[in-house]
Parts: sequence; C-alpha cells; structure tokens
Amino acid sequence: MEMPLPDSDVLARKARVVERLRNVLPVDAVIDDPAETRAYECDALTAYRCPPMVAVLPATTAEVSDVLRICHEEGVPVVPRGSGTSLAGGALPTADCVILGVARMNDVIETDYDNRFIRVQTGRTNLSVTGAVEADGFFYAPDPSSQLACAIAGNIAMNSGGAHCLKYGVTTNNLLGVTMVQMDGTVVEIGGAHLDSGGLDLLGVICGSEGQLGVVTEATLRILHKPEGARPVLMGFDSVEVAGACVADIIKAGVLPVAIEFMDKMLIEVCEDFAKADYPKCGALLIVEVEGSDAEIDAQLALITDIAKRHNPVALRESASADESARIWAGRKAAFSAIGRISDYMCLDGTIPVSELPYVLRRIGEMSEKYGLPVGNVFHAGDGNMHPLICYDANKPGDLELCEEFGAEVLKLCVEVGGCLTGEHGVGIEKRDLMTHQYAPADLEAQMAVKDVFDAKWLLNPAKVFPLAVSEPRRGAALAAE
Amino acid sequence: MDMLRTEEAVAQAVAGAKGPLVIRGGGTRTVGRPVLGEVLDVSGLSGVTLYEPGALTLVAQAGTPVAEIEAALAAENQRLAFEPYDLTGVLGTAGASTIGGVIATNASGPRRIMAGAARDFALGVRFVDGTGQVIKNGGRVMKNVTGYDLVKLMSGSWGTLGVLTEVSLKVLPSVEAETTLVIDGLDAAQAVQAMSRALGSPFEVSGAAWVGGQVWLRLEGFEGSVAYRASQLKTLLAAFGDIAETQADWRTVRDAVPLHGADAVWRISVKPSDGPAVIEALPEGADTLMDWGGGLVWAGLSGGDIAATHARVQAAVAGMGGHATLIKGPEPVRAAVPVFQPEAPGVAALTASLRHRFDPNGILNPGLMAA
Repeated sequence: MEMPLPDSDVLARKARVVERLRNVLPVDAVIDDPAETRAYECDALTAYRCPPMVAVLPATTAEVSDVLRICHEEGVPVVPRGSGTSLAGGALPTADCVILGVARMNDVIETDYDNRFIRVQTGRTNLSVTGAVEADGFFYAPDPSSQLACAIAGNIAMNSGGAHCLKYGVTTNNLLGVTMVQMDGTVVEIGGAHLDSGGLDLLGVICGSEGQLGVVTEATLRILHKPEGARPVLMGFDSVEVAGACVADIIKAGVLPVAIEFMDKMLIEVCEDFAKADYPKCGALLIVEVEGSDAEIDAQLALITDIAKRHNPVALRESASADESARIWAGRKAAFSAIGRISDYMCLDGTIPVSELPYVLRRIGEMSEKYGLPVGNVFHAGDGNMHPLICYDANKPGDLELCEEFGAEVLKLCVEVGGCLTGEHGVGIEKRDLMTHQYAPADLEAQMAVKDVFDAKWLLNPAKVFPLAVSEPRRGAALAAE
Repeated sequence: MDMLRTEEAVAQAVAGAKGPLVIRGGGTRTVGRPVLGEVLDVSGLSGVTLYEPGALTLVAQAGTPVAEIEAALAAENQRLAFEPYDLTGVLGTAGASTIGGVIATNASGPRRIMAGAARDFALGVRFVDGTGQVIKNGGRVMKNVTGYDLVKLMSGSWGTLGVLTEVSLKVLPSVEAETTLVIDGLDAAQAVQAMSRALGSPFEVSGAAWVGGQVWLRLEGFEGSVAYRASQLKTLLAAFGDIAETQADWRTVRDAVPLHGADAVWRISVKPSDGPAVIEALPEGADTLMDWGGGLVWAGLSGGDIAATHARVQAAVAGMGGHATLIKGPEPVRAAVPVFQPEAPGVAALTASLRHRFDPNGILNPGLMAA
C-alpha cells in the first residue's frame, strides 16, 4: 500500500513541534525518541509499518484540544489511535505525523441505570465498559472480537460490529453522544443521554468516519440489562449451500437469534485442531445462539432445530451446559488465532446479501485455486458479513502482493453482487484504493465534502479511506496553503 | 411542475431550479419554518424495487407510500420495526406518508427504544444534492462501514441536504404475540420510575408510554415468551399498583392521538428521567403524553401564547440536554421562532457548513430547520 511521502518541511520542524507539545502536556506524554515511537509503527494490519514523527498521550479533552490546536497551527498531520487493533490500517502512521493515543483516557465518567447509559473516556476498552456495569446486571452490546483490547475511540471511528450485532446492532446504533475535538482544537458536544438528533445527525456521520473528522474523547453509550441466559446450538451440514439455505429459513421463520456464525470446512478443521471444540467434520458449520429464560430458549431452539432438520444436518448439538456452550464458542472465537498459528493471513470483511452466499463462496473457492493460496471462511451469516481468511507466506517474496490481489478480487465480487467492501473493519489503507469500485466520483466527492467541513486542511488521518489519487488535490492544496 | 417519475427527472428539476424548492412526498408533514418556493413533488417516484425476505432487506423509491411497503412486508410476515409515526392526525393533513418522508425526518415510533430509529434501519440512500448531482451512499446489506455514513446524515435532514430518490431498509420479522401491561393512576414521575424499572430488566419491553395517567408496557414475541415476561414484569412492578393486561392500540401513542386537534404540538426528546420536568415547564392546560420510557414527550396546547410557551420549552430542554421541535403551530409563529431546537454555536457552524456544501445555492427546503 502506497503512503504519501512525508512532508520534509514538517520533518524539519520536528524539534519546534515537540517543544510546543511539551509545553502543554506532562513530560512523559510526548514521545519523540525513535526507539520509543517504534511502538506505534503499526496497528493489527502488521504488514505495513512506519514509525510516527512524535507520539502523544494526552489524558484529558483539554490536552487533546491543545495538541490538535498546535498541530493545526504547525500544519502537522495527526493520526488518532485507540488501542491499535485496526485490521485495516486505520491507525497506521506516516513519518511526518503526530500519533495521538487515547490510552490514558480510560475513566468512567457517569453510570446511570435509570436512563440506561454510561459515559466514558474513549481510551477505555470495549470489554471494560461492560466490566464497569456487569456487576449490576448490565452490559454494552457491541462485541468486536478484539473487545479485550480495542478502545471505544476506535470502535466509534470504525463503527465496529461483533458477533451479536444481529440482535443488538453495531456501534452507531448504541452510541448516544460524544465530546469531540476538531482539528483546530474546538471542542463540540454532540448528542447526549437523549435519543436522536434535533438537527442534522452529526453523530451518525462521525461514527465510522475513521478518525478523519475529529478526535472523540468522551462517549455516552447505551447499556442494556443482560438477558437471563443464552445458549448456542451447533449444526453441521454437508455443504455451504445447505448451511446458507438453513440460515435464510431461520431468518424467514421469524426467529431473531442473537448470533448466527458460519464456518467452512477449512476453518472447522483448523479450529478443531487448535481449540478441541469437538466440531463435526463436515462441509459447513453453524453456531446459532438465542437468549432468554430457560423456557424461552428451549422454545426458540426447538423451532430452530426443526428448521435445521429439514436440511439434513450431519450434526445437531444443543448445548446442555455452560461448559458445553463455552466449548462450542471456543472454536469460533479462536478462529483467527488458530489460522494465525499455521500461516500468515489477511482477513477481509466484505458484506454480501445473504442470498448470494453460496455463489460467493464458490467463486472464492475458484479464486483460491487460481491464486494458489488457501482460504478459510468464517463469518456472521445472519447479516452477510463475510470474513475470508486468505493464507500467505510473509517470507516468500511476492506472496503478500498476490494475497492482496486475491483479496481485492474477492471484495470486488462482494460489490458486484450487491454488497460492500467492508462490513465492520473499516476502509483504512487496506480497502482505500478499492473505493472507486463501490462509489462513483460524485459519491466520493460528497463524502470528502464532509471532511472539508470538519477538517478543512485535511490534517486528520489524511491518507486513509479515499484513494490517494482522489484525495490528493485536497491534501495537496492544504500543504500548498502552508 | 410536472409529476416527476424518475431520479433523472428530479436531478434535472433541481439543476434547473430558479429559486427555492419545497420538497414534497405525500405532503403529510407540514413541519418547520414555512418555506416559500416551487413544490418539487417526488410522489411519482414510487414502488418497491427489491424485496428479499430471507435477507431482511427492502429497496423502494422514495415516493412509495409507507402503507404500500407495510402491506408488502405483512404478506411475508415482516414489518418496519421502527414503527414510523403518521402526522396526518396531529397536523390535520391529508395524503399518504411516503418512505422518503419517513427517512428524511427520521420518524420513529414507540419501538425505537428497543429496535432503534428510522435512521438505524436505513441501509442505503440515493439522493439528488442541491446542484442536481445524483449521489448514493450505503447499500442494501446490513453491515456496511465503507466510507462515511451519509445515510445517517440524510436521515433527519428534512430534505435540506438532498432530495431522497431511493432508500434501502432493513426489515424485521413480525411477532407471533403481543400484550400490553397497564398500570393506572400514576403521575409522570412515578410513571418514569415504573418504566425505568421495566426497561432496565431483561424482559425486552418494546414500548413504554404514559398516556392518560396510565403506564403502558408492551411485550412482543413468541406466545410463551410474552406470557412469561408479562408474569415476571407483574412481579417486578407490583409496588406501582395493580397491573392489568390488554391488547392496546399503540397507534394512540405512536401518532399522539390524544393531542389531535390541539393548536400547537411539540415533540421533545430528553433523557427519560427529565420527562416529568419537561411536563412541568409547560403551561397549565397543556395535554401531554410520554413515550420512550419518559424520553419522548408529546405536548399539545390550544389557545395561550404559543411562541412564549415554545421559548420556555426550548430553554428548559437546553438546560437538561435534548431537543424540542414545534411539530404543529400557526404559520406566523413557525416563521418567527426556531422550530427546531437551536444548536450550540460550534455545532450550528458545522451544520450550516454542511448545508452549504450539499446545497450551495440554498434551494432545498431553505430555512426549514434553521433560519
């Protein structure tokens, strides 16, 4: 992935920028020693690395405002960073940038059970938001796989999803308000503890804007009471086509499971080897989870297993205990680690209309043969959010490029059948240059107009989301205006 | 202007406009500051273009009547889960509400607290901006983070950023059973306490309203599950009084039926515990009901000083966080007051700048949301 050349003018002013930042931040919150800035050289898209010029770790909204104001005045690009778990390169630095990490901002500001919200600083991890309320029976619903590590700031930037969003929605559906600092240091309050916007829905466009519109420092999040219980059922089928048909039938029957997860043959075997989850050997596997009281769960699972039986399952196992539920989930949750153990891999997350599942999986299989790279499929089947894991060898020259070419072909296929490039990971740098396949120039222009409004100089995370050639005039104009 | 039947015709009409345009679908929502201009009627852009029940998605042209979409969904035992409200009763308008109008105004009913708002069910849009350019955003799949979410920006923009021509929606299965628990004789504060207790339980309440001194709590789902949750809630809420069970007509709440006929009607969103304080800020004689567990107050007033009441309500809401919209009021009042809650300066600057970028000539419902 190409990144813009660092601005030599900015690099030449490094000492002055660092000094100005030191004037407004505690001494240990400004990191400019190259040995230490290296810690920020990449996110979870580890194939791409570049140490930033400086890293800062502000602890308050006021400090974030000071940092951004200074960088705005100095014309220094800023790359916001949550926990650095982006799979799309959303937090990848450029050599001339200031990385703004929110890791020191992790307080709970307010918890209100009567009104069902929690307000946190955005450096707090996803799981620890639930951690703050679970003793009282509540939880925060969006649950990305990286929830142990990922920060709410990154969840908002990428509009993160998770396995349970079929029922509870993704970040944007659970975000009520934010405190956001704009690139010029202006602090704005958007939304609050109430529902919906009385004016334009700025919250809706900020969520998922990949850190390009502002740095969100505090967030008001909707919390819910935990269900009384949850239980999965495991189903094995001969083929992905049959499993796909079963998914459609479950949805049409009026049951809304909290999750429908899908694994293909390769992933079943890899996960079984790794997690010993006792998965059947078969062409496709579904994990369907429902929630409620014991009796409610029994009733829903009875309906679901009846539907499954019409599709001649080779295995059908309703969990009988908490232990068994954990084991059923263990394999799925370990999918990325399991495949990471045997190979380098790239994880895509294009989304397709559920009805196109069998066709798309067949085409991916054909591509796998064409490129000579193995691929496994695990995904959120209820909403068509695929996760093809393409294996490659990072030490073999040309393999990464081949893998990227394969990935691009898969994503173009997703768009072709009526889907999109990314369902929950974000565009970042990874899918940036494919944006023209999903959107016409006018569509991208409209999105970039929004960035113009929030960040006229294009200093916030500027080399992401839009193809470099498309954003170049704006980034270039901003530089020329210095 | 002739009836527009295609997106291309809409684009041409906007590109060729000589002055302000009043965008109209079904003509049921005469809300906002009055806009003087030529009517751009998009009700001719009508019809469901794609419906995949197994994928829970439906695509329709923006001028498609909501009733037509709901009928198509009902045939497959599905529905619009956000329960769009209909303003014809409140406003005394005729005509058929269109899906474009619903999305453009983010019109959500009682189930919003559990299922989400109209904006949460909008998967994709096509629209014509103020220069006549056709723009698409989002798509027709349930998870999509490809680029900025202009779908949300268009939802609730009341036609001031673009003219919607097509919307893609997520739909949900209908339910097998429904029941409403009723607790009589609670004042607003007690009602919010009862509703908060119910909404803070694991029993998935899909409607929580206070209407005519009664708390209504709706449960939906499979029959056994509804019965079970009803019995659990009765135990949980026993301290609030006797609890009856009935098949209530939730359109009463959704469409603010008790306020039909009032001279002025407000729709006010606050955090639920502030609902009673909003009601206290209203003059004596105002009719009120609360939805969303107290977080949505509908208020109606006949006679009295509407402009002064409006100013007092918006000031009260500004102090607590939230927004109050004068949904219905005499035209001279709507021309003179900020119909929508005034925004803080920083936010107002962003909003104005966005409007200018999407509608540089200021011809799309100009001034409807803010002068």
